[in-house]
Amino acid sequence: MTYHDKTAPRAGVRLMTLAATTTLAGFFCIHPATAAQTVVRWLHVETSPAYLKTWEDVAQKYEAQHPDVDIQLQFLENEAFKAKLPTLLQSDAAPDFFYSWGGGVLRQQSETGALMDLTEAMKAYNGAWEKSYKPAAVEGLTYDGKVFAVPYRMGTVSFFYNKALFQKAGVKAEDIKTWDDFLGAVKALKAAGITPIAGGGGEKWPLHFYWSYLVMRTGGQQVFEAAKNREGEGFLDPAVIKAGEHLAELGKLQPFQNGYLGANWPQTLGTFGDGRAAIILGFENTESNQRNNAGDVKGLASDNIGRFPFPAVEGGAGKATDTLGGLNGWAVTKKASPAAVDFLRFLTSPDTERQLAAAGMIIPAALGAEDSLKNPLMRESADQLAASTWHQNFFDQDLGPSVGRVVNDVSVEILSGQMSAKEGAQAIQDAIELE
Amino acid sequence: MTDMTATAGNRPGIDALRMTKYKSPTARGRLPALITFLPPALLLFTLFVILPMGEAAWYSLYRWNGYGTPTEFVGTRNFQVLFNNAAFSTALINNGLIIVISILLQIPLAIWLAVMLSRRIAGVVAFRMVFFLPYVLADVAAGLIWRFVYDGDYGLFAAIAGFFGVATPYVLADRDLAIYAVLAVIIWKYFGFHMMLFIAGLQALDKSVMEAAEIDGATGWQRFRYVTLPLLGSTVRLSVFFAIIGSLQLFDLIMPLTGGGPSNSTQTMVTFLYTYGVTRMQVGLGSAVGVVLFVICVTIAFGYKRIFMRHD
Repeated sequence: MTYHDKTAPRAGVRLMTLAATTTLAGFFCIHPATAAQTVVRWLHVETSPAYLKTWEDVAQKYEAQHPDVDIQLQFLENEAFKAKLPTLLQSDAAPDFFYSWGGGVLRQQSETGALMDLTEAMKAYNGAWEKSYKPAAVEGLTYDGKVFAVPYRMGTVSFFYNKALFQKAGVKAEDIKTWDDFLGAVKALKAAGITPIAGGGGEKWPLHFYWSYLVMRTGGQQVFEAAKNREGEGFLDPAVIKAGEHLAELGKLQPFQNGYLGANWPQTLGTFGDGRAAIILGFENTESNQRNNAGDVKGLASDNIGRFPFPAVEGGAGKATDTLGGLNGWAVTKKASPAAVDFLRFLTSPDTERQLAAAGMIIPAALGAEDSLKNPLMRESADQLAASTWHQNFFDQDLGPSVGRVVNDVSVEILSGQMSAKEGAQAIQDAIELE
Repeated sequence: MTDMTATAGNRPGIDALRMTKYKSPTARGRLPALITFLPPALLLFTLFVILPMGEAAWYSLYRWNGYGTPTEFVGTRNFQVLFNNAAFSTALINNGLIIVISILLQIPLAIWLAVMLSRRIAGVVAFRMVFFLPYVLADVAAGLIWRFVYDGDYGLFAAIAGFFGVATPYVLADRDLAIYAVLAVIIWKYFGFHMMLFIAGLQALDKSVMEAAEIDGATGWQRFRYVTLPLLGSTVRLSVFFAIIGSLQLFDLIMPLTGGGPSNSTQTMVTFLYTYGVTRMQVGLGSAVGVVLFVICVTIAFGYKRIFMRHD
């Protein structure tokens, strides 16, 4: 799931942006290339014009330093990207590198031999390249001791809230330390006539964060990893079922906006940005996302948004400092040119990442680049990430496409009361056994 | 035997026709034409129709994520998983529902409008165009438009509900209502196409029959029931055929509307194939859906033609 990519403005505008970026990508392709140039094909799913502009600037800067290299940005729409990639990677039209969410999908791709093993390059010169990234970032993109993608960005999912609405309901965010506190806050908001949470049940994955975090808090790292590796009771572990029950408790309070089961992610951000719901569980860049998707394209003022980490679960084995979030990298294909690898090193260098962080685009994967994060909420997310005791990739990415989508389905079904916690756990276990 | 020869004997013309048809491609110099013109079509047909079908049937017996070549043979497991899957049952039921609604609502509506619009009245062309317009629209665009119409926050439904001061229904987010919302869009989108078929059918009717009925004193309903409708029979059968095939192929209208949700309540066979086969990278399972869909389509297409369209 391209979480941060699903954040472009309302559908209409989004389509236009899409058309515009496609055209832009087109322009890049007919960019006159002089003879003896190495063409580097860069496949991405980004739709936000601001991000693309920055990338193009980076590419131009690199081209200026390396006149023999021609970097071409190629765009594919998110779902199309995922559907087309298996075929594309096995064809001659494979790009030099492409966007990756890590996890089970990247593992699958690495196992097919379609990707370049970057270990040697990373470890060369005493591991100079490898050491320029946060260790957790490199580790997350490593399978069986081999590095299969260049780390680019990291992220954390946490709660964002509307300060004015919290005040109106007399709820204090600082006091939300446990899941029960959180449920109490939801009740207080409801009692004050405020919709507590904006939820995107139409696309499902925005709600799977709740189940994921509850599993992490209730069961902890050991339980989840055992389940993922099909050890012990797997997803039928009592702690996993307990997590589902906590989720069902939330669902019973009917905390979401009307029609949340049909809402996609941009609409959900809009609901929060319009002040029609008090809380949203979102990415580190929720502040700018809600602004882009609000009805007035202004959204909530920066000082009206607060942030708190997902609370602990009493008696749970997980720590409140464990984090769930993304880890994105650039996977390099087998036949990529050396220039492509060199450019990636440039793109993810501390200097470039500092520039991207200063623009509020990413929490960098490059070591030390987060100093330049100016946005206070992004900064908080980055700090939480830096202090993370266990950083877990999004469940639907980590578990691979087939099990991951079942997790998404189950999360929505449990929340909306269509499935019990036990049935949900069973469905996921069935899916993993079918893998 | 005697009967057959007698029939054959009685129809020398047809017999002669058959003889020429089977005997003489070479004699008439058709062989060179055959050799020149058949291979390209045959090649394309094999390459883009027969081969993919065969491949789908082959993949459906494997567990495969689309990388490399399928190696893990699982026999009929994909089909077992499929038929035990609640979402697939829903998809089958929905496909059936679409066909039933098409036959019970859409086609009668189309006939009614066609009968009215086949008369020579002022402005009839404008009406025909208006009714045909939804069909011209791309399916995805129509889906997006209706998503806005149904939107409970900013959409037309929200505005109407607001006008009457009632709570806004979020139809696309409601498990029980979503499929009906989708059905409404399907009827809106395709009735114009069926209407055009009927208008064409009506124009081909012999006017004198109608006049005769009128002279005999038949009422408007009687003329429709006993003259127009029976004469339109072949068009109705064709229209039903298109409705069935259209239902089985329905995909691009649903994706922007609901994507098959909520809780798979608006899944059709093809959206199911996409959701479970393509996006989950279970090419084996997806191919199994394809095979089932193919069998259903072929059975219906040939069965229907044999039974209902034999004389058309």
